[in-house]
Amino acid sequence: MGELSLAVLLAGVLAGAAPLVLAVMGETVTERAGLINLSLDGTILLSAMGAFATAYETESLAAGFAAGALVGAAVAAAVAVCSVYWRLSQVAVGFVLTLMCRDLAYFLGNPFSRLPGPHAGPWAVPFLEDLPWAGEVLFRQSLPVYGSLLLVGLTWLYLYRTRWGLELRSVGEHPRAAYARGMNVRRLQFFYAVWGGVLTGLAGAAFSLCVKPGWGRPQGAEGMGWIALAIVIFGGWHPLKAALGAYLFAFLQVTGVSLQGIWPSAPAQVFQTAPFPLMIFTLVLVHWTRKGRLRRWAEGRRWIGPLARFLHVSPPRALGKSLPG
Amino acid sequence: MRRASGVLLEGGIVVVAVLVFTTVVLVAGGAPPLRALGHLAAGALGSWTKVAHVLKVWVPLTLCACGLLYTFRIGLWNIGVEGQIILGALAATGALRTGLAHEIPWAGLAGAGAAAACGGALWAFLAGVLKTRGGVNEIFAGLGLNFVAQGLTLWLIFGPWKRAGIASMSGTEPFPPELWLPAWGWRVSPLALALALTALAATGWVLRSTRLGLSLRAVGGNPSASVLLGLNPGKCMLTAMALAGGLAGLAGMLQVSGVYHRLIPAISSNYGYLALLVVMLADYRLLPVPAIAFFFACLNVGSIQLPMMLRVDSSLSGVIQGACVLATLCVYGWRRRRGSRG
Repeated sequence: MGELSLAVLLAGVLAGAAPLVLAVMGETVTERAGLINLSLDGTILLSAMGAFATAYETESLAAGFAAGALVGAAVAAAVAVCSVYWRLSQVAVGFVLTLMCRDLAYFLGNPFSRLPGPHAGPWAVPFLEDLPWAGEVLFRQSLPVYGSLLLVGLTWLYLYRTRWGLELRSVGEHPRAAYARGMNVRRLQFFYAVWGGVLTGLAGAAFSLCVKPGWGRPQGAEGMGWIALAIVIFGGWHPLKAALGAYLFAFLQVTGVSLQGIWPSAPAQVFQTAPFPLMIFTLVLVHWTRKGRLRRWAEGRRWIGPLARFLHVSPPRALGKSLPG
Repeated sequence: MRRASGVLLEGGIVVVAVLVFTTVVLVAGGAPPLRALGHLAAGALGSWTKVAHVLKVWVPLTLCACGLLYTFRIGLWNIGVEGQIILGALAATGALRTGLAHEIPWAGLAGAGAAAACGGALWAFLAGVLKTRGGVNEIFAGLGLNFVAQGLTLWLIFGPWKRAGIASMSGTEPFPPELWLPAWGWRVSPLALALALTALAATGWVLRSTRLGLSLRAVGGNPSASVLLGLNPGKCMLTAMALAGGLAGLAGMLQVSGVYHRLIPAISSNYGYLALLVVMLADYRLLPVPAIAFFFACLNVGSIQLPMMLRVDSSLSGVIQGACVLATLCVYGWRRRRGSRG
């Protein structure tokens, strides 16, 4: 019985984390190229709305996901044009867009709120679903979950095992040197921003078509974009660590729901805020492991040393700075 | 003369761009554009009651915008202003629930104001310490604290401060009228207006003609050079954060005692985020802040009746506000690039 409920729990974590993982992978790649796209929260909502509205009108899930990706790409392209080519403040543009896209989603999505629409149910993988334990955890999920799991591996491979990934990282670390090596820094940054936007848009679609089906005000995906941004930092701009962060967050959310049963007087929103202090705490911890004395103390210890090295991260050096002139 | 025509041209571009964008959005949303804009204007300025309502929004927006000027001057993105309003509201509610407040109302209100300023400042200080000591970017520290403040509000409304019998999203038990911010027959409390005007004047004075204002600018311009001047960047940042938080906290107190007369879950009404937009649209200067805050307040109030009149969502105001800021940012950027080339 205990094992069974563990499988259910893990399956729930994988399913709940899928949109978050998509957004986190997208933002990781974008930030690795040196660009911060702060508009994630609004983008997720707008693409969730776009995806649901399209899927509702066309009765096609594929069209819905495509619409979500398109919306995400468009918003990211706006951020990238403003910051890479016009050299506006990335934070300012991203912040305005995140608020505006949210309101735009509520305004344009009004006719679609609280309508029953298509949604992507679980799609079991033939044969593999019958595996004793892994089948239940891994292979009776919906398509976005499979996609998110694949994406984590592919992002890691791309970043660390291909020449394009090397170029991407060098643009984020030292854009001038990359420029001197003959790379088109601005075009690369623009491209990876748009790719991040596509994934963020798919994350929004995964919310409104799969994890929290339907559209409304509030949709239920509010705040997820900010969480994704925090997880990217938590994960140290590394796709595997960032994915771990997303799963940890989903785990906290799933267990938060069961905690509510123990303490029913408090509304669900209280538990949803719990991961934020934890995130801040981790960021502080990450910062402190970077400091000299604490690091030296940790190095000698058997368990703490590797943990400190694991937490030790540094952001892409040119993050947030556009290539001058 | 050339400068004046340049400003006129830039303003014209922004207005046209925003109008075109809004029209497109309205048509896409299935609302007749002219009628929608008409309802928006009538809903904001159609009667004295509505103007009073606009002023009730203008006051907290102005207070928060003033506070944000300090933090922007030193180069900090105080996105946590939202949570600082909430903490101010919580502290004020706590003060107004004490026995003393019920016996001597004016002392209760004064205490609530002080508590609110301290509460907001504390929340901002926390984000500041996380930035200076914990290495957490102020945007994420502030955001995290916003969510924590929101959770705290819900917990208080549904837990310790719940209404007798029923705990609900409608908030806590309303305060007795003697604990409402006195309005002396006006529709807006003159105290609130005076507070906003004082904040504007004081912010202008501090930023322009005091040592603190100069220090903020020095650190914001070049932190490493400011150390050579004998300034302590961390201390300056914490001061700026505390000032911003204090003003935001006061805005929260006004929301509690002057507008809703109780604590509700959405007590901050998103005025913190909106104030960030106000300051960005003002190009981080004080002078345009009152007018822009008034314009944004008009949009907020005017859009309230849109769902009833045209069956569209009231978030239209946010779309227009965002479009204004985005267009302005682009025009400012365009001007800067033109300047650097010419």
